[in-house]
Amino acid sequence: MDKAFIQRRRRDLVVAAFLAAIAAAVPLFVKDVYVQNIMVLTLMYAALSQSWNILSGYCGQISLGHALYFGLGAYTTAILFTKFGVLPWFGMLAGGLISALIAMALGYPCFRLGGHYFVIATIVIAEITLLLFQNWDWAGAALGIDIPVRRDSWLTFQFTRSKLPYFYFALALACVAWFVTWWLEDSKWGYWWRAVKDNPVAAESLGVDVFNSKMGAAAVSAFLVAIGGSFYAQFVSYIDPESVMGFQFSLLMALPAVLGGIGTLWGPMLGAVILIPLTELTRSYIGGSGRGVDLIVYGGLIIAISLARPQGLVSLFSRKPKPAAQPAREAVAS
Amino acid sequence: MTAETIIQSLASGLLMGLLYGLIAVGLALIFGLMDVVNFAHGEFLMIAMYATFFLFAFFALDPLLSAPLVAAALFIFGAVVYLLIVRFAVRAKANTGMVQIFSTFGLAVLMRGVAQYFFTPDYRSIPHSWLGGKTISIAGIYLPQPQLVGALIAIAAFAGLYFFIHRTDFGRALEATREDAGAVALVGIDKNKVFALGWGLGAALVGLAGAVMAIFFYVFPDVGASFATIAYVTVALGGFGSVFGAFAGGIVVGLVEAITTLILPPSLKTVGIYGVYLLVVFIRPRGLFGSI
Repeated sequence: MDKAFIQRRRRDLVVAAFLAAIAAAVPLFVKDVYVQNIMVLTLMYAALSQSWNILSGYCGQISLGHALYFGLGAYTTAILFTKFGVLPWFGMLAGGLISALIAMALGYPCFRLGGHYFVIATIVIAEITLLLFQNWDWAGAALGIDIPVRRDSWLTFQFTRSKLPYFYFALALACVAWFVTWWLEDSKWGYWWRAVKDNPVAAESLGVDVFNSKMGAAAVSAFLVAIGGSFYAQFVSYIDPESVMGFQFSLLMALPAVLGGIGTLWGPMLGAVILIPLTELTRSYIGGSGRGVDLIVYGGLIIAISLARPQGLVSLFSRKPKPAAQPAREAVAS
Repeated sequence: MTAETIIQSLASGLLMGLLYGLIAVGLALIFGLMDVVNFAHGEFLMIAMYATFFLFAFFALDPLLSAPLVAAALFIFGAVVYLLIVRFAVRAKANTGMVQIFSTFGLAVLMRGVAQYFFTPDYRSIPHSWLGGKTISIAGIYLPQPQLVGALIAIAAFAGLYFFIHRTDFGRALEATREDAGAVALVGIDKNKVFALGWGLGAALVGLAGAVMAIFFYVFPDVGASFATIAYVTVALGGFGSVFGAFAGGIVVGLVEAITTLILPPSLKTVGIYGVYLLVVFIRPRGLFGSI
């Protein structure tokens, strides 16, 4: 194994631990509830985007329907708690497992589709599920489910007075998602995924099990996203189909990874740290009256970064010396 | 459910389907030309509808009269979008597919924001036009006139497009560029010019659709989103890049929607369309008319 590679991985782990420790200390100094709220959302989207990145970034199967798993996680927890009194912790696990199973069941037909056909299938499946939930009376239909607040407790994972428990859970989730990615990056799966992304035909001929690689990535990705959905249901304590399964969640999971660097270890984290506070701040300071300024900032940023930095912002931190410019090839290409 | 209601809804489904085809054909044209999916296609429709609305509001111009103007304006808009954004997106050295998706997606979000900012999120409609709200009875079947005229415009547009692609120099350049952009450059055709004109043409077609849609549909900043998903499904059903696949795909989508509305509650009407999409691509992974 490449020595520089092992060193880089070890450095990543140390940096991650260091950043997590700093993040954990931040609430000791920042007491403002509004800011804490933004921090919780940032960590949650970092975790979601990191999970999305496993299937779409590493394995190259671009999903714009991950809101499905987010919603399933949220609904499983909420339904089990309100209808059967099952504690959210078990609901969380159940939501994750159900989502992973559904991801594999959907992957079975969908992974045969290529390119845009696959992307549109993911959008369409999430949309169908959203419509079904909106018409499913037992699950509250379009009105959704109000999760009754008992009292502040880790047992029921409900806190009305402080945001801190949510903050630490979101931090833990982001760390787990990061660590899973870090760990898988250097496993058999990680190499398979990158091979599948770069050239599935070549990968297949070299003995990579392309189909099962995709299934594995989908299951891990869906499981983690569903945990995020369960967390969100507890955090906002009221869910309805549009607010947990709407297309905007699929988008908000993809964007941090795209901005930060798709298929990279740090991209989703970096993207979320920039994007989510920016969204929240523009929304509350400029776009408060629903005048669309937040969308303008957002859209402009997406265009600018995807054109100017297609490898994502994380490439700004890359220590690798840039390859020398190739004037000859440039001239031919243009 | 009588036979009459079934025929009635199939007839209006067919008309709507032809309109869906017209909405989607620009998307198919652009994809066929350069393998790029325009994720802002719905927003192109949205600004065409706003343009039609404002031409009516300020100049009392009937949508049927403003349709050519709107199409021309969209032609310029489409070409500009290519020259300012897409031209650079297709040149990206890393994550090319991703950059294409998200640069046009960013444009969609931006356009929606701009529409909200300048036009407010209010729903607007054209209260009285030559065709609005009128129906015509043919052999006992009532057909809404806006949709009927829209369907006729769609058929005319498809016929025109067929003629254009097969009988004109530019059409041949378009076909040649989609076959092999590199070889085309060798015979002295400017690839960028062809792409820009292709984007212009694709946008003009959705502009035409927007002008018709504004007669009978509300105009608001998010109006493009729902029609865009239907347009993607239409194009994918026909097979990405196949212009006449979009025509057939539109008819399938319109009929499926009509049948779904007969069976399921109205809130579930798109489930039928989406379901048929999944069914088709699971059986034929490249759509009905896509080459394997």
